[in-house]
Formats: sequence, structure tokens, C-alpha cells
Amino acid sequence: MSLEILSVGPMLSVQDHGRHGHMRFGVPRSGAMDRPAMDLANALCGNPLHRAALEFTALGGNFRAGRTMRIAVTGGDCEIRIGQRVLAAGQSHSVSVGDVVKIGALKGATWGYLAVSGGVAVPEVLGARATHLRFALGGVEGRALKVGDVLPLGEDDGSTLCLRLRDPMPRPGPLSPERPIRVVLGPQDDHFAAEVLARLGSARFTVTPKRDRMAMVLGGATLPAARGHDIVSDGIVAGAIQVPASGQPMVLMADSQTTGGYPKIATVISADLPRLAQMPVGAELRFEVVTRDIAEDILLAERARIRDCLAGLVPASGALLGSGFLLSCDLVGGIVDPEAVMGRDLERLEGEQT
Amino acid sequence: MGTLAHEKSGGTAAVPVFLAVGDSALAVQFGEAVDPEANRKVIALAKALDLHPITGVVDSVPTYRSLLIYYDPACLRGAALEQALKVRLAQLECSAEVARLWQVPVVYGGAVGMDLAVLSEEKGMSAEALIALHASAEYRVYMIGFAPGFAYLGGLPDALHTPRLHIPRQSIPAGAIGIGGQQGSINSIAGPSGWRFVGWTPWRAFDPERAAPFLFAAGDRLRFVPVSASEGARIAEDIAAGRRSATPEVAQ
Repeated sequence: MSLEILSVGPMLSVQDHGRHGHMRFGVPRSGAMDRPAMDLANALCGNPLHRAALEFTALGGNFRAGRTMRIAVTGGDCEIRIGQRVLAAGQSHSVSVGDVVKIGALKGATWGYLAVSGGVAVPEVLGARATHLRFALGGVEGRALKVGDVLPLGEDDGSTLCLRLRDPMPRPGPLSPERPIRVVLGPQDDHFAAEVLARLGSARFTVTPKRDRMAMVLGGATLPAARGHDIVSDGIVAGAIQVPASGQPMVLMADSQTTGGYPKIATVISADLPRLAQMPVGAELRFEVVTRDIAEDILLAERARIRDCLAGLVPASGALLGSGFLLSCDLVGGIVDPEAVMGRDLERLEGEQT
Repeated sequence: MGTLAHEKSGGTAAVPVFLAVGDSALAVQFGEAVDPEANRKVIALAKALDLHPITGVVDSVPTYRSLLIYYDPACLRGAALEQALKVRLAQLECSAEVARLWQVPVVYGGAVGMDLAVLSEEKGMSAEALIALHASAEYRVYMIGFAPGFAYLGGLPDALHTPRLHIPRQSIPAGAIGIGGQQGSINSIAGPSGWRFVGWTPWRAFDPERAAPFLFAAGDRLRFVPVSASEGARIAEDIAAGRRSATPEVAQ
């Protein structure tokens, strides 16, 4: 009932949907940097979406299965192997006891996800399994995973059916530069001169190597604040674009602290934050200002789109329909009377033939 | 992006302003400065929302002078939330405070209170006088932020205001009693800090293993009670052994 870690990339941690209800006590929300990608990985493995999975940066690592399970890797394309078998990202695969799954480098993306059927069942801390490294909360001892860790797994649904999306990933890649990252102005846009607000919507920014689960520092244009770069600390959300004295904007991410003392010129809309998170170092981007009302419409549409994608998973091509799947569909074992399935159509057809 | 929540009524202090914070949060701002009156309103609104929730509001974070309110736009749009909040704000009462009062034991000086000697010298008072002054004030928890359970305290006597260090020290333990600018603090987790430290408390402001992981909440009142190093060590042992727990003097 476990998953053993044989090698790791630069950063591997347990994540889920994060902590809720403790932000007023200074506890960051944490959770997946690209939640739609993690949700897809869980759905491909037949898991409820709140189960914990592994999040990796740049390179996956090697993992030994302690039981028969299904796995799925999402977030970006990467090479996955079990022995001589080469597996595709974005769909689930059956893994036997003792198999070693090797996950290579992510291509054109930053955060990858490995879900396993049953989910990673480390103990919950403050209602979640997500790891917050700085405050040492959740995951395994609040730290990044390392070689030798053996992760407990939850019970899976017993199915062996491997799944994929009905249509190939409809989400455009993070590198498509013509798609701006949309933002809502505020809460401290009034600290910035009109020409700086205009620059926010027109200038090119770049993703710098100064990035982690707490924040991404952007290069390119600077955004000096006319009213100074110190405010009385107030609440912060993931997606806030805060501007310290350097004028270099910093986008706060999943692990960001709950309060901060820099003016926040704008907030990245929820639907676009995972795409920003996935941009590789060096990528160029620009922002587009939208109203709050439009941002809310976009979020609701995005949620519906993701719901549809996850509801429409189909058996992966080439995957054998195992007996577990057939049993789960009540197609074998005589549970259902064949006539109850076929109905009276059969009688009529037979009648017409005679 | 600010829209007025109230029409300005002649000469009153802060006019609450609504600030959009993306597509799933809204800030209600009661002023731009650190001010006990604004903070009282922030906490009163937070409590009103806890007591009588608005459907679609999922969480709130009180800070010095504004309340960050998280909502789910599938249930409640930001514009509708603003309308609902206007009604709440019109009825908002900041009644006489019945906030909890914590008597926090503090061992002044020593290795953790490393700045006690240099601060008393800077301020031209004896260490005893500094301790007496620090322990004489009633503090107010303005907000919890920066780290889990970290309390920002207003009410530090003027004579003790001290700027933070330019270069933070690398490792300050949990429980350290700090001074940063005009504010006091109780370190809740170990880590780097540029604050100045005058002592330590055997209490733990944050312990995720405890049934109630956080001691303090925004709006609480707090006093420091000097104890000897041996008494501090005894309290710490008792807490670790489960024989004693930190409790407030006046429970709500």
C-alpha cells in the first residue's frame, strides 16, 4: 500500500486543494500550483479530486509501486517509462507491484503532477495534506520529498480501467504568447500613476529564475508606485501582483503569506493563474486588464469547461478492458438479466424476421 | 477600483471603501493607517459575517484596517456582495469590547531576549525600568499574519518604539517577544527576523498538534507578566507534559 521514492528532481512535494478556513490565523492556503492539471491526474486515476498527489518541478523522478495501481502524469509533456514500456502523459496506466516508474523532464512547463489511484494518504495537518515548506506544514514532515521516503496510499476504487481525455488537451500551451494573462486592477491601483497602469497593460514582462511556490518575480518593465511602496499590511490572495521598492512586480502564488505590506497593482484572474504558473523561466508575457465582472464570467466558464473535460474521460486507446472494469459496469457475473438490458426491441426484431 | 460603501457623513473618520481583489475576493477598507478604531470595525464586520453568514462568502481575513472577504462567484457575484455588505455596514455595531484578555508569562533578557541590554542603554533606562514599561501596557492583537499564529500587537509604549534591523537575524526561536517599529510581537514559529527581542514566553502561539492550534485571534487583548527563568522553564515543562495549558483571563 505504498509508493517508494527512488530518485527525485529539484523539488517534489505532496499537494492537494490546500488549507481552508485558517487564513485569518496566518496559514497560507498552499495546494497545487496548477490545480486543473492535478485534478485531471486524479480523475484519470479514478480518484475524488481532493485526494493528494505529487507535484514536481522540471524533473519527475523514479518511483517503485508497492501495490497494483494506476498512475497518471499531467502538467506538461514528459517521458515516462516502466522498463521498456514508454507511457504517454495525460492518461492513466496500470502499474504492477514492484514496477519502477521513471518520469523524465517536463517539456515547456514548470509544474508536473503524478497521481496514483487511492491518492497519497499522509496525515492531514490543519485539514489538508498539502506541503508548505517554509512553515513545515503537511506532506511528509512538512518538507520536500527525498530518496527513501515511502508514501502511504489510500484505498482505490478497485478498477483497472485506464482513461484519457476525450479530446486532446484543449488548453493552449503556456508558451502561446498571443494570449495575455488577464488581471483585475486593484486593490492598490490608486498608488500608481496613470502611465504606469497603462504600462501594466502594454509592456512585455518576462519570467525570471526568482520563482518558487510562494511567488514569481517578473522582469522586463518596472512599475514604480507614485504613492510609495509601503502600505499598512493587508490581506493577500494568490495572484496578487505586488510591487516592492525595486518596482519589479512579483506575483504571489499558492504558498504566499496571508498578509503583506506592499501595494498590489492588480490581481491575476483565477482562470489564468495556472497558465502563468506553468510558464518556463525566460518566457515573455503581457497582461490584459479586464473588469471584475468579466473575470468572474471567465472563471465560471473555465470551471464548467474543466468539469466537462473531467466528466468526459474515455478508456485510453490500447488499454485492455480488465475484468475489474467489466465487473464495475455490471456487464459480467449475471447481476443483470440480459432481457432487462435488451428490452422488447429484440422480440420485435425477431417477430419481423419470421 | 474603490467605490464608496457609505456616503460620507459629516466629519466622521474613515469611510469604508470596497476594493476588488481579483474575481473571488473583496477588501472592505476602513482607513489607510494603523488605527484602533478602524481595526475595531474590521473585527466587528468579521464577527458579524461569522455570526450571520452571507451565502457565498467562504472566508475572511481581518487585518489592521481592512477585511479581506473571499467569495465564490458561482453563488454570489462581487457586485451583489458589495450590496449585501452595504446593508451590514449600515447596521454594524462596535459594542464595548468583551475581547479575551491573555496574561502572557515572559522571561525577560537572557539568550532569546538578546536586545534587552542594548535597548535599555539606547533609551537611557535601566533594564528593570524597560521591563516594567513593557509589562505595564495593555496590547491589542491587530491581526494574525506573516506566519501561522503570529500576532501583531498595538499598544507598545512610545518610549519602546524601535526600528527593525536592516539585516535580519537568521534564527529566532518560537516564543521570542519582539519589538518592530511601533509594534510588539510574539514569534509563533522559528525563523529569520529583523525585529528586536527582549524576552521569551513558554507559551506556544501556534501548535498544529494542539486541539486549538492558534492561541490568539485578531481583537484579543494581551498583557505581559514577568516571570523568572526557572518559572518560565517550569511552565514550558508543564505545557509539554500536558499538565498546564495557556488560557485567557476573560473568555468571551
